[in-house]
Amino acid sequence: MIMIGVLVAVSATLVWRRDGIDGVLEILTHDLALFGGILPRVLAGCLLGAFITEVLPHEKVSRSLGPNSGLKGLLIGTAFGAILPGGPFTAYPVAAALLTVGADFGATIAMVVSWTLIGYGRAVAWELPILGVDFTLWRIVISLPIPVLAGALGRFVFVQMYPKGEPTS
Amino acid sequence: MTAALIIDLTLWGSVAALAFLVWRRGRVVLVSAAREGTMDFINIVPRIGLGVIGSGYIAAVIPQEVITGWLGPDSGWLGVLAAVLAGAATPGGPVVGFSIGAVALKVGGGPPQVIAYVVAWALFAFQRLILWEIPFMPAKFVWFRAAVSVPFPFLAAALAMAIGKP
Repeated sequence: MIMIGVLVAVSATLVWRRDGIDGVLEILTHDLALFGGILPRVLAGCLLGAFITEVLPHEKVSRSLGPNSGLKGLLIGTAFGAILPGGPFTAYPVAAALLTVGADFGATIAMVVSWTLIGYGRAVAWELPILGVDFTLWRIVISLPIPVLAGALGRFVFVQMYPKGEPTS
Repeated sequence: MTAALIIDLTLWGSVAALAFLVWRRGRVVLVSAAREGTMDFINIVPRIGLGVIGSGYIAAVIPQEVITGWLGPDSGWLGVLAAVLAGAATPGGPVVGFSIGAVALKVGGGPPQVIAYVVAWALFAFQRLILWEIPFMPAKFVWFRAAVSVPFPFLAAALAMAIGKP
C-alpha cells in the first residue's frame, strides 16, 4: 500500500515535470470519473461476497471444492470462474468468499485463472473488438486447459509447502 | 454503453437473488451479512481509489512503444520471455493490454509471442495484482496464485507454435 503510494507519487511527479499541471489534472479528472463509475460495482461485489459466504453451505463447499475434491473440484472452480458475471470487483470478493467457506487454494486458483482467461466478460467487451475474432477465439481455445492445470499445480505445491495444512498466521 | 448496462444488470440481479436467499434464513442474517459486505466495501474503497486514480499516472509514465518493442517479430523463445515480462509490467486497464497486443500484431509481432503477452498480462499483470487482487484477497493467496501461474504463458505460446494458430 505504501509502495503503491510512493510509486503513484513518483509517476505523478514525472507527469507534472513532463506535461505540467494540465497533464496532471487531466489524468486526475479522467481517473476520478472512472473511480466514481466503478464504486457502485465494488459495493455490489462486496455484497455478493458477503451473501455468498452466508448462503453457501460450508460443509458442501469443502467437500466439492476442498483439498480432497480432486479433478472434479478443479473443474467446478473452472466452470464457476467462466460463468461469473462482472469484473475484478466481483471475481475477487467471490473468490475470497470461497476461501472462507472451505474451498482450497487449488480450486480457488482454478476459479480466478478461469475468470481471467476464459471468462466471457472481458473477452466480449474488450478483446473481440480490439484483437479480432480469430485471435480471441484461438487465444481462448489455447487457454482452456490452463485453469485446471494451474489449480492442480497450486494444489501440488501447497501440499509440498504445508504438509500439515495451512499455517494459521 | 449497452455492455456496461448488461454487466450492471446481471451484477445487481445476482446481488438481489442472493439477498433473497439470505433473507429466507431470517431478517437478522440478511442485515448482518449486508453490514459485513458494506464494511468490506468501506475498507476497500481507499485502496481502490489510490489504485484507480494512481494507475493513470503509472500508465502515462511507462511508454507503450517500449512494451511493443519487446514483442518483436520472429523473436522465438527469447521473444516469448520478453512478452511474459512485458505482460507482467503492463499497467492500466483492459484497453491498454489488448491494444498493445493489437499494435504488436500489426507491426509484425509473432502470434505466439502476442498470445504469451496477453495470457501473462491476464494472469499476473503486476499492477492488477496489487490494486485489485490484494485488497480483496489474502495476500498470501495472491502471491501463491501468481507464482504457480508463471509457467502457463509459456505453455500457451508452445501450444500456439504447435498448432500454428492463430
